[in-house]
Amino acid sequence: MKYFPLIWAGLWRKKARTIFTLLSIVVAFLLFGMLQGVNAAFNNTVETANVNRLTVVSKINFTESLPYSYLTQIEAVPGVSAVAWFSWFGTYYQDPKNFVFSFPGDPARLFDMYPEYKVPKEQLEAFGRTRTGAVIGVDLATKYGWKIGDQVPLHSTIWTKPDGSSDWNFEIVGIYDVPSDPSQANQFFFNHTYFDEARSFGKGKVGWYVVRVKDPAQSAVVAEAIDKLFANSPDETKTQTEKEFQQSFLKQLGDINFIVTSILGAVFFSLLFATGSTMMQSVRERIPELAVLKTLGFSNGGVLALMLSEAVLLCLIAAALGLAIAALIFPSLKSFIGVATLSASVLVTGAVVALLLALITGLPPALRAQRLNIVDALAGR
Amino acid sequence: MFKQIAAVTSMNLRGLPQRIGPSLVIVIGIAVTVAVLVSVLAMATGFKKTVGNTGHADRAIVIRGGSLTELGSTISRDNTVTITDAPGVKHDADGKAIASAEVVAVVGVAKKGDTTLANVTLRGVGAKGAQLRPEIRIVEGRMYEPAVRELIVGRSAQGQFAGLALGSKIAFRDSDWTVVGVFESNGDSHESELLADVETVLSAFRRNLYQSVVVLLDSPESFDRFKDALTTNPTLSVDVKREPEYYAAQSKRLNTLLNFLAYVVGGIMAVGAIFGALNTMYSAVSARALEIATLRAIGFGSLPVVISVLVEALLLALIGGSIGAALAWVFFNGNVVSTLGGNFTQVVFQLTVSPALLVIGVVWACVIGIIGGLFPSVRAARLSVASALRAA
Repeated sequence: MKYFPLIWAGLWRKKARTIFTLLSIVVAFLLFGMLQGVNAAFNNTVETANVNRLTVVSKINFTESLPYSYLTQIEAVPGVSAVAWFSWFGTYYQDPKNFVFSFPGDPARLFDMYPEYKVPKEQLEAFGRTRTGAVIGVDLATKYGWKIGDQVPLHSTIWTKPDGSSDWNFEIVGIYDVPSDPSQANQFFFNHTYFDEARSFGKGKVGWYVVRVKDPAQSAVVAEAIDKLFANSPDETKTQTEKEFQQSFLKQLGDINFIVTSILGAVFFSLLFATGSTMMQSVRERIPELAVLKTLGFSNGGVLALMLSEAVLLCLIAAALGLAIAALIFPSLKSFIGVATLSASVLVTGAVVALLLALITGLPPALRAQRLNIVDALAGR
Repeated sequence: MFKQIAAVTSMNLRGLPQRIGPSLVIVIGIAVTVAVLVSVLAMATGFKKTVGNTGHADRAIVIRGGSLTELGSTISRDNTVTITDAPGVKHDADGKAIASAEVVAVVGVAKKGDTTLANVTLRGVGAKGAQLRPEIRIVEGRMYEPAVRELIVGRSAQGQFAGLALGSKIAFRDSDWTVVGVFESNGDSHESELLADVETVLSAFRRNLYQSVVVLLDSPESFDRFKDALTTNPTLSVDVKREPEYYAAQSKRLNTLLNFLAYVVGGIMAVGAIFGALNTMYSAVSARALEIATLRAIGFGSLPVVISVLVEALLLALIGGSIGAALAWVFFNGNVVSTLGGNFTQVVFQLTVSPALLVIGVVWACVIGIIGGLFPSVRAARLSVASALRAA
């Protein structure tokens, strides 16, 4: 620690250069934080997927519906502890820009299937009693200022009522929260009975089933048993774990991981040159000073450590600044990715990358400083 | 004056090889920035081109009111008749309306080299489909026949997804469909689809509702007449759109996102590249301090010095920008990728590095170079001759 002032002074020997180098590293880590943050947000939905749950969709595609009669058949499969079902309702509120993720389901089964969704007991009871009742995520409630008791009209892009209208009215009876994953608190659940009675087509069909297994280790066996049950029927099924289902869905969007990694690879490749070149220059200019340090009794290792510490300090300060700015800006991306905070793992990875960067760019000049011959250096040779 | 500028600049540039290390910082920094900017914009351009090509000015698409996409829409058989009978629709020699009531079924097909299934559109097309969309040309095999489970596949779809070779069987629902033909349609979004007879698809998927009606208009001008006839008809509740308008809306969301990504990420990288350039140019100026002071002492003005530094920065930026644009072009132009489009199905498109994008890339490089060279050049001009000479 007592050498800190010396390292600090060395770092600021040429102010302008240090500031520019610092800023270019800050920029690189700002990008790192933002892009990795987005990437982590996508992966998060996959990682938090529950291992107990299976998703049963039509084998053709998850946009094809399945008969309601499958419910009792799936319930009877050994190893199944609970079954719920949902349909895709595809709605917006007032304007197509205000898309609302809404799903009709069975009130009791729905929240039993997702114990991580917290909803007060009396609201859940009201949900069961109210035909047009809806329980919505706390994010959604905040976004549109909806309160319990409000009447909310939603426009479905798919489902019509017999009179040809696509406008559906709901009464908000409950608000749920998901403390373990706040990005889930933006959904709109309502009564399947209301949906099935009022829709003009597709009656008796549901979008997909969600199955909870008694033992996660048995999920592959249970999934196979369910698919076998409906094999060669007009509506064959495909049962996957929640994780597989979400992975395959994200894959359809494109290789986000590849895009993020390529961009960051390019950014850090150019950063290596920028930082490496200034560090090299800094040592070159200080050869006489370093020789004086050695004359005063600093060991070769000591000089190496001094130079390396300078690089590490610079990179860590810059990385901390860059990641801090990224963390500040990140919440504004919420409308794109649904997550408001930069994941901690991104910050940790960032710190590791900063250390690596410091070592790679700082080591060659530091080694040069270490090998310095006092007499030659002082003579300017 | 110009002689001075030329002399100082050429002297400066001849000294450039000695400063190769720091100069590379500018070149690489700008090359990388431009490469990323151009590649991401190439994605946006390619997607927009593919989806945009699909729409023709003389065609209109009708979907249920408020349903936004074909996938969410439903239109009854009665209504399809009302729509095709409306004024403004072109009729062929037999006096039949050139229109097609269609369904889109989403089917799972594996991407090549992958086991997970991707969503692909199976479009059921009406009997007049070929006259309606003359751009669809069979390049291998033949057209599908109605009432048998036959389909034709787009060239783009065939390239991207497994098991779509001519003659192969695909299992959807309870029976196999045979691929009897391959078609091209100028790389538009239909080329990412599988096409079959609409009645066959309806019966195979046990549906009785159509999802869209596409009509050929007498002329692009008759659109309003057609639209008014439908929207004032009390038995219909439909949205009528010109095809180009419909398809532009389908690509808008992804395009906004990609442009946002390109300009935000590119902008942040450009700022980083500017810092690198400033660093390099400041040290170039200080390395040349003695040289510049000597020039000034023997009577050269400050403007030639400023210009020589700016030219150096600009030259390095141009080299970097050209390398970056070239890299993007070599590695990404024509790369075929796919993503989810408006109907929740895969749209296959090519990354397109258009000349306009190359120009954008080089312009960005020049701006970075000018900003990175400007401040150091001013410093060079203000250098005190006496103290610079004394320091040496």
